[in-house]
Amino acid sequence: MQVLRPLTPRARFVFGILSVALPLLIWCTVSYVPAVWHPQVMITNPGSVSYLDVGAHMTREAFAGEVADAMAEGRAVPEGVRANPVYLPSPGAVLKAFYTSFKTPPETKDGEWLHQSLWHSIQIIFWGFLISSIFGVPLGILCGAYAAIARVNESFVEFARYLPAPAFGALAVAILGIYDGPKIAIIVIGTFFQQVLIIANTTRKLDPALLEAALTLGTKSRQLLTRVVIPAILPDLYRDQRILLGWAWTYLIVAELIGTTSGITWFITQQARYQHFPNVYAGIAMIGIIGLGTDMLLALAGRRLFPWERSLVKSA
Amino acid sequence: MKDMSATMSIVGSYLEQSEAVRARFGRLKAREIMLEVSHLHKNFTSAGKTTAALKDINFKVHRRELICVVGPSGCGKSTLVRIIAGLEEHNGGAVLLKGQPVNGPGSDRGMVFQGYTLFPWLTVKKNVMFGLEVNGHGRLESEREALQWLQLIGLEKFAESYPNQLSGGMKQRVAIARALANQPRVLLMDEPFGALDAQTRSRMQNHLLEIWRKIDITIIFITHDLDEAILLADRILVLSAHPGEVQEFIEVPVPQPRNILQSVTREFLATKARLEELIYTHQAPAEDGEEDYPIMARMTNVSDSVD
Repeated sequence: MQVLRPLTPRARFVFGILSVALPLLIWCTVSYVPAVWHPQVMITNPGSVSYLDVGAHMTREAFAGEVADAMAEGRAVPEGVRANPVYLPSPGAVLKAFYTSFKTPPETKDGEWLHQSLWHSIQIIFWGFLISSIFGVPLGILCGAYAAIARVNESFVEFARYLPAPAFGALAVAILGIYDGPKIAIIVIGTFFQQVLIIANTTRKLDPALLEAALTLGTKSRQLLTRVVIPAILPDLYRDQRILLGWAWTYLIVAELIGTTSGITWFITQQARYQHFPNVYAGIAMIGIIGLGTDMLLALAGRRLFPWERSLVKSA
Repeated sequence: MKDMSATMSIVGSYLEQSEAVRARFGRLKAREIMLEVSHLHKNFTSAGKTTAALKDINFKVHRRELICVVGPSGCGKSTLVRIIAGLEEHNGGAVLLKGQPVNGPGSDRGMVFQGYTLFPWLTVKKNVMFGLEVNGHGRLESEREALQWLQLIGLEKFAESYPNQLSGGMKQRVAIARALANQPRVLLMDEPFGALDAQTRSRMQNHLLEIWRKIDITIIFITHDLDEAILLADRILVLSAHPGEVQEFIEVPVPQPRNILQSVTREFLATKARLEELIYTHQAPAEDGEEDYPIMARMTNVSDSVD
């Protein structure tokens, strides 16, 4: 372990596996080894205790008390196994929930299947991010390129980015109704201001020598933006957009709670209400999987889009 | 000074020119004036204090001449070439290209920078096409010309490579081709080989001379390497620092065509002696924060010496 020293390919592989395996191992240990944690007892046989049902959870101390009382009075002794609280399901239960939650029909007639909820969420993110980008990306580039535009905009943007997007929820409902409009608006508000600042900074990092070289080649200053600035920052801009898309996802749950609850949020809150915690975990994990999957696809596409970036490491 | 005159007596004066060299300068000076810098002033303002970076610079360059500009650090040689390129404003005087004052950057003055400024998102070929395209040439015509220039510098095999796949020397060759593709009147070079290793630099110098002999181009070349200046230049413009002023415009007496073996000839050594005299005796006072180096205390035993 040395500062700033790259890993060997073998070490990279091993540590990469560990990053997934370690948390899973901890989860499995806590779930499947009864001696670890398991602060509760799940009743398998209520015995003579009238208020106990099969499958009910209670603390180990309370259970021991009931057992001692029953034994002292010579009644039938309740039986149970050590268990974790219902809010921590085992990896196996969550894995099963991935499958079953897709197969479970909606509880109400106008309800949505899980895949429909997910698709709804993806559409909210898509439109929110698209609308934000249509305005945010050009404004960011202009702010980065022209100091005057930055002066005019950035103090307001700096102020606005501290306003929590959910704070606009009620306002958004009043203006845009209760369906998808306000949800998309929250994603836009959450993304847009960061987007302007981040892209402006990326634009400012452009090497001014490239602009000078273009000028000495006869480029007119109004051509600089399209001929030099945009192509030069494009790979970094793409990376910024990937990060910002991740942020847009983090606003999803709050956004979907506004107006009529919808999408994956509806699924998660509904399942939590019925205490189907394996389904809740599966729902949360699906957001992570979709987000990470999209990002990996975009990274892959980026390598095809910007071939000149690829051999950069080699020559550096 | 005493050492200097001793050197002089051995190598003679840099002012002595052979018959052939004198005749060549005569023909060179008969050519029209390509670039004229007259009474050029440039001030820098920092922390409310105005200092003169360039003061009353005057010189003329003939067509197809190769001029090197040397001087101590801080003499404003980069500023001078950037003003000629139109990348910086000046505070007085004028830069005339074929008699016309220059105003801002333009494709009649190409430039090669010390840092690598090829556009990383364009292939080598498209880098060379860039100037042609922004100046309104069609794609096909630009491509044809770009390939010709790549052939001239011997990099046609790398036409479809990206700049970051090239070595430093190759990048600068492409940068030269990119600047020349516009067919500028003047090529400005700001320490273009400064970042290259010694071997590559030597090859690049020969390469540049080769290109310069074959096309109609006037070159102004900034360097701090005196050997490089003597090897390349017809004439060397020597600047002093604080403020940057012209000390002397030296006609290099080394016969053309040049090669590295001439660096031990009488003319070469005499010119170098003169340049060193000009630059090191007129050394700028230490810049702010950079004091004279101290005399070190001895940290070894006096008896532990072989001298």
